[in-house]
Amino acid sequence: MSALGDILHRGRHVAGHHPYPRVEVDAAGWEDAAFQTADGRCTLLSLWGEVDGVHMALAGPDAMEIAVISLPCAGGRFPSVGQHHPPAIRLERSIRDLYGLEPQGAIDERPWLDHGRWGRRRPLGAATSDAGSGEAYDFLPVEGDSLHQIPVGPVHAGIIEPGHFRFTANGETVVRLEQRLGYVHKGLDGLMQGADLGRAAKLAGRASGDSTVAYATAFAQAVEAALGIAVPPRAQWLRALMIELERLANHLGDIGAICNDASFALMLAHCGILRERVLRAAAAAFDHRLMMDRVIPGGVAVDLASEGAAQFRALLAEIRARFPALVELYDDTTSLQDRTVGTGRLDPALARQFGAGGFVGRAAGRGFDARSLAAPLPYAELGFKPVTRSEGDVNARVWVRIDEVNHSLALIERLLDGVPMGEIAAALPSVAEPREGLALVEGFRGDVLAWLRIGADGRIARCHLRDPSWFQWPLLEAVIEGNIVADFPLCNKSFNCSYSGHDL
Amino acid sequence: MAVIGDLLVQFGQMLVVLGLAPLLTGFVRKVKARLLRRRGPPLLQPYRDLLRLLRKEAVVAENASWLFRAAPYLIFAATWVAAALVPTFATGLLFSWSADLIVIVALLGSARFFLALAGMDVGTSFGGIGASREVMIASLAEPAMIMVVFTLALIAGSTQLSTVASHMIHAEVRLRVSLGLALIALIMVALAENARIPVDNPATHLELTMVHEAMVLEYSGRHLAVIEAASMLKLLLYVSLIAAMFLPWGIAEAGAGPAAYAGGVLAYAVKLGIGGFLLALFEISIAKMRVFRVPGFLGAALMLALLAMLLMFMTRSFG
Repeated sequence: MSALGDILHRGRHVAGHHPYPRVEVDAAGWEDAAFQTADGRCTLLSLWGEVDGVHMALAGPDAMEIAVISLPCAGGRFPSVGQHHPPAIRLERSIRDLYGLEPQGAIDERPWLDHGRWGRRRPLGAATSDAGSGEAYDFLPVEGDSLHQIPVGPVHAGIIEPGHFRFTANGETVVRLEQRLGYVHKGLDGLMQGADLGRAAKLAGRASGDSTVAYATAFAQAVEAALGIAVPPRAQWLRALMIELERLANHLGDIGAICNDASFALMLAHCGILRERVLRAAAAAFDHRLMMDRVIPGGVAVDLASEGAAQFRALLAEIRARFPALVELYDDTTSLQDRTVGTGRLDPALARQFGAGGFVGRAAGRGFDARSLAAPLPYAELGFKPVTRSEGDVNARVWVRIDEVNHSLALIERLLDGVPMGEIAAALPSVAEPREGLALVEGFRGDVLAWLRIGADGRIARCHLRDPSWFQWPLLEAVIEGNIVADFPLCNKSFNCSYSGHDL
Repeated sequence: MAVIGDLLVQFGQMLVVLGLAPLLTGFVRKVKARLLRRRGPPLLQPYRDLLRLLRKEAVVAENASWLFRAAPYLIFAATWVAAALVPTFATGLLFSWSADLIVIVALLGSARFFLALAGMDVGTSFGGIGASREVMIASLAEPAMIMVVFTLALIAGSTQLSTVASHMIHAEVRLRVSLGLALIALIMVALAENARIPVDNPATHLELTMVHEAMVLEYSGRHLAVIEAASMLKLLLYVSLIAAMFLPWGIAEAGAGPAAYAGGVLAYAVKLGIGGFLLALFEISIAKMRVFRVPGFLGAALMLALLAMLLMFMTRSFG
């Protein structure tokens, strides 16, 4: 029996959780799950809290098996997972900030999302207090001769999202990077509580604007799983189409932006034009450039007209005509290759340990791609295969994007060819008892996880959205070590983690 | 009378470099934008930027010393004087007899010294990073520059710029290998000194990769305007220097008539245009190099200049 099967076997199954099982365990079972994860027999997909308990989503080794393990926290405490498995540390710190549940044995007891400026502490927990902490944040101490610190952000020279990076450097060489995030905390967990499904879907679509389709789809799939609705096939195909368009636009933008961070503006200019074409075609077909709020629980909000499909075909032709020349330019510019090859190398073992999704994981040999799950989206029918590279450097992350752009082009063509006719949305039934659902959708950045519980009143009782960046940000700290300070922007852009999706 | 004429030419030259420097920067930006399929800011935008900065209030960090306030003017003055020493449209400048190529190098070196001090004065980490990188680059660029100067001095028999320029026009300067090597070395030094790609990126917003921009991050208002103007002057100085030393054709000689001066101005404008265009073209076709590749790049410049000088000696002893 697999490690995950073993844990499931010993726990108490909770009814009404779909499509994956959820079991309630005791503290010993919880710790056992933490050990299994630390040993690499399971991958931690997420860890989140509620007023009276904590949950962790785990995947088996091949990710074909997914389950949620729950632990009721009667005394407001739970055994820390982070003490055994570092990827859980920031998630635990956030649980403590939001719900006041104490991870026992935690290595890092500093707050994470709470900067002491909310005006109250533990805003979602059982015991909310009105006093802002106001305490200063202790960065990790720096010891040793000839080291100096470089604080960067949260306000940057360019117009980007806010985040603070504290470098400890020895001359130009980075000895350690410590991140501090949480500046764009929007209180999404709190806003979700008690929201009706329509409002909650909009909120989910705004967790991270560049992945709005992936978030909205993950949320919608979790709702549909919880309520047990069958979504019309046409809606599923259109969702897949929108997700691939989103991926195409973002990957094109990223490829250009990475090159621009090496001061090679030519790629940015040309990739920017292609990205703009994708956005305009999306605006023409779906009436919104980023396709925000176009995926709703039950289906999709707008149908694809034949003119829209023709727009996309023209778009495909244009990108196919121009993209190969850009790839060649990237590959043939020696000065650019000199910057990207070998820079910011990610250890494949770390990528596996952190369950890094998206191009970060796939550039370091971790082949996981949520599109290959037996999910409601029609990827199995499209013959999808994930792209993997093993070098783990900036160049590999660029190449994973290039390969995925080419794959997305093929997928979009097949989606346009094969999209079935019919309804685009199913009606949502009313519920009588609480229902729970979980969904994992591959956005451009990696797998977006949505877990939710719908109360008996048909409103969201708790919704947890986990951005892929939760497991990518810590890896950025790891890859920059030993690189030079001036290479950080390049590494950072090749990761392109979300601030908004992470800070919730 | 002759002295008055010389004075007029000299002051005309000083005003010309000051007036043209923002235009050259604007031209390079415009060409770069067009090559990147953007429309780009208008040619005159740098003038407007300088005016805007001059009108703005200067915000100075609390712990800034007098040096921080004085440095911009020192930098500007040194760069302006250096730029005025380079023959642009006419040789035989009045100041030229009291100052030569070595003085230009020294003036630019002093300007950089004050800029690096000002960068470290406020005590922010970026200023320190910028200053340390700038000094590393300068310590390699300056020897290469001096070698180029010596090569030219050996050919022309003088370090006076006017003499070198006249020599290049009149004497039968054959296509010399040493001249070619010196030109390449000078271009490499010019790229590094003016904080252009591949050594630095004047348009970057990435704090961690900046060299020149990192040192001036704390400046604002008129201080920043003066520093920006000095950078523009420096770019013009290097383009003029390359033009005067290696492409002196069209330059008006001392004591020539107004027609020659007009021709000189026209030739100078064409040279600046070509120089600016080539710079923009080069900048978009190459990525910025890693900080620690810069020593290799400037080391190559130094070797080329050294080689040029050695070849000079060799051909002399054989000829």
